[in-house]
Amino acid sequence: MAIDILYFAWVREAIGTDAETVTPPAEVGTIADLVTWLSARSPGHAEAFARPDRLRAAIDQEFVALDAPVAGAREIAIFPPVTGGSGCAG
Amino acid sequence: MRGMRDIRVQTGPFDPGTELERLEGMGGGAVASFTGLVRGDGGLTDMTLEHYPAMTARAMARIADEAEARWPLLGLTLIHRHGPLVPGERIVFVGTASSHRAAALEACHFLIDWLKTAAPFWKRERYADGREIWVEPRAADDAAASRWGREAKA
Repeated sequence: MAIDILYFAWVREAIGTDAETVTPPAEVGTIADLVTWLSARSPGHAEAFARPDRLRAAIDQEFVALDAPVAGAREIAIFPPVTGGSGCAG
Repeated sequence: MRGMRDIRVQTGPFDPGTELERLEGMGGGAVASFTGLVRGDGGLTDMTLEHYPAMTARAMARIADEAEARWPLLGLTLIHRHGPLVPGERIVFVGTASSHRAAALEACHFLIDWLKTAAPFWKRERYADGREIWVEPRAADDAAASRWGREAKA
């Protein structure tokens, strides 16, 4: 099934686009599987996804862990850890 | 307890005085606030805040839900800016109104800790020497959020 994938921050910059629609094969069961599968699409994808421990994800606008199943997802976002707020220490 | 709630994500500036007056008008007797500013440390010239619009509103509403479930609030204001910002500009405002000062203060503290770790914003900083970097999250931010008793994420 087709899934809209969104990218933010340096993930978006490395891949060179902020969104794409993909149809992963059946063996892609989790976000981590999806990241591995997407890595083969281009050198930019491979660069963005080289360090899965630096990635976070959301399914249909809710944060999820990378081992979350992708079944039924309409929109999956992949991005770095968030850094909102004012940046003040403590 | 659910009071008056105002959540905004905007590119333009905001006026803390105006926001505090609104909260003062809610009849609670106690108003607390936090204003976050862009710091110019290390030769920072400007920054750009990117966000995930479809998710930001939901994430901020979720954080507000949590605060309202924990403290008796009459009013709650969350404002987070995105887009380009320069040192000295206000980025974020959190305001709370309650009949109890502890509730207003604690809820305000909770809200800013959680906004930093549970709302999808990313900062890109530019420096006078030409460097451009995406801000890395700090373990201290996760620790600040998690001390409120729920696991910090993203």
